[in-house]
Amino acid sequence: MTQKFTTVSNHPIEALYTADSLPSDWSIETYLGQPGHFPYTRGVHETMYRGKVWTMRLFSGFGSAEETNARYKYLLDHGQTGLSVAFDFPTLMGYDSDQERSLGEVGKCGVAIDTLADMEVLFDGIPLDQVTTSMTINGPACVLLALYLGLAEKRGVPWSKIGGTIQNDCLKEFIAQHAWCFPPEPSMRVVVDMIEFCTKEVPKWNTVSISGYHIREAGSTAAQELAFTIADGIAYVQACVDRGMNVDDFAPRLSYFFNAHNDFFEEIAKYRAARRMWAHIMKERFHAKNPRSWLCRFHTQTAGCTLTAQQPYNNVVRVALQAMAAVLGGTQSLHTNSLDETLALPTEETARIALRTQQIIAEETGVTNTVDPLGGSYFVEKLTCELEAEAYDYIKKIDDMGGMLAAIDLGYPQGEIANASYIYQKQLESNEKIVVGVNDFLVDENPPIPLLRIDESLQVSQSKKVAKVKSERDPKKVEATLAALKKACAGTENVMPRLIDCVRAYCTENEMISTMQSEFGLHTDPAMF
Amino acid sequence: MKKQTKKIRVLIGKPGLDGHDRGAKVVARALRDAGFEVIYTGLHQTPEMIVNAALQEDVQAIGLSILSGAHMHLFQRVMELLKEKNATDILVFGGGIIPDEDIIALKKVGVSQIFTPGTATTEIIDWLAKSAS
Repeated sequence: MTQKFTTVSNHPIEALYTADSLPSDWSIETYLGQPGHFPYTRGVHETMYRGKVWTMRLFSGFGSAEETNARYKYLLDHGQTGLSVAFDFPTLMGYDSDQERSLGEVGKCGVAIDTLADMEVLFDGIPLDQVTTSMTINGPACVLLALYLGLAEKRGVPWSKIGGTIQNDCLKEFIAQHAWCFPPEPSMRVVVDMIEFCTKEVPKWNTVSISGYHIREAGSTAAQELAFTIADGIAYVQACVDRGMNVDDFAPRLSYFFNAHNDFFEEIAKYRAARRMWAHIMKERFHAKNPRSWLCRFHTQTAGCTLTAQQPYNNVVRVALQAMAAVLGGTQSLHTNSLDETLALPTEETARIALRTQQIIAEETGVTNTVDPLGGSYFVEKLTCELEAEAYDYIKKIDDMGGMLAAIDLGYPQGEIANASYIYQKQLESNEKIVVGVNDFLVDENPPIPLLRIDESLQVSQSKKVAKVKSERDPKKVEATLAALKKACAGTENVMPRLIDCVRAYCTENEMISTMQSEFGLHTDPAMF
Repeated sequence: MKKQTKKIRVLIGKPGLDGHDRGAKVVARALRDAGFEVIYTGLHQTPEMIVNAALQEDVQAIGLSILSGAHMHLFQRVMELLKEKNATDILVFGGGIIPDEDIIALKKVGVSQIFTPGTATTEIIDWLAKSAS
């Protein structure tokens, strides 16, 4: 049997790369440039980590707002530099904790948030003008942003002073993550409303975190992750331009979010290709003039799908290597997974190890001492070019279909991802690809490790909180603000000011979302496999 | 892999609000390729929707995938509904992010098998072919 040398995404790899491997027109000036300069292949900043190391931002949230607030303070005390909120599934899907659809789910996968009262607890003692907050929320992103802005207002922090990111990437929900509230078209309209609103009112807020992470977790290849994510980015920019916005007014606040999977060099090449592609697309396709509009700034999370339940301590090693790829690829912020996440949400101890992993890379390994240490490697440069070419082929196909909304409607990206994930599964089962501890290097027994458990009674206590808020608020204000929201949804008025009014009146998340759904309709999974 | 001679009908379901469908889709496709008749519910199903679909489609087995931590509630509700509808002959199995101690509890309420992360699809196919025939 001839051994095949391929990446985890089945991309063929040569025995040796030399100057002859590079494209015939390859030059440092056109393909690389200097760090901090077009086309940004070598990084978005001139000094990179010599100036400032990446933001260490662990995605966390579980149980009640009180418990999650305590975890945030614990992580900040241990040197974390930004917050990242994980919401539970009812919150992600626009349901309140006291609804039947929320049974069994409250606080399980993240923190349960229903009203402004929960946000007040979640961020208690955390200065909103001093930390940046990332919120992983998409379908109801508009509501959670309104809640955060409502909280800032209540605390007397001007919106111009708050910084952070809301994921708000509805397209990848239809492609991969599936936490939607409205059908694709109204979802896009709301995203554009939010970008328009923040551009004027919340200038330091990153309005969309265009996310490849979930596309990769759903089973895509590295090139598909790159291609579909950038195609989503193109769709958002186009939608804002179609609304009449000036590209340089909003594009600097778009950011990206990529996966850090196992294949070390393929991942590094992916990040470098993403920067170069986005710079060219923004400059040449959208005629952006402000260099900040050309920047593909991104967050990275190590790949949850690579963690194994078998011999779970091996996951610490996987995460460290994946995190190293993200750093060598020039990430702006990083989440490292905890070793126990194939079994449950992380405990305090495993979350600390994940944070320490980043600190070891930053403080001990020396990789931050110089900018883009791998730039100019024949292999890395060639792989960067190949991933870029493969991604441009996909983007051309999607353009020919009429753009990403049309491609999603055809099930194109969904189908490509499902095929790739099935091929990978078959390769594992034939031992063509090896996962240590799963299909090779096994042990007889996997002794249990301590796991975080979420109290099943949380649903009851959280429902009581919702009832308390409802009994204390002014029902007339609730009715009036929801009616104004409905009217905005029916017409073309921006929904954000209306949502902030609803938040001030202590409307619940589901009151706002179901009001919007009454105008926008619902979306159901086409159930293809 | 041996093709099934008599086709076993199986419903693959995604109960609850969890959107992680990679595993469900891979298992659905592997079972179909192995000769099973597979009905996939799609995402965001209630236990009621799943049990109704199982009865309407006259399946011999229901496979549930849950990665959101809501498995205790959702599996138990499916088992209750099957009992109410006198359909406890339908085999229920599942997979996802499910700790060992919960697997013991789920088996006590009648769930036949839970496949944890890293399971080969061939293992699921062999188990189902043996258990449902």
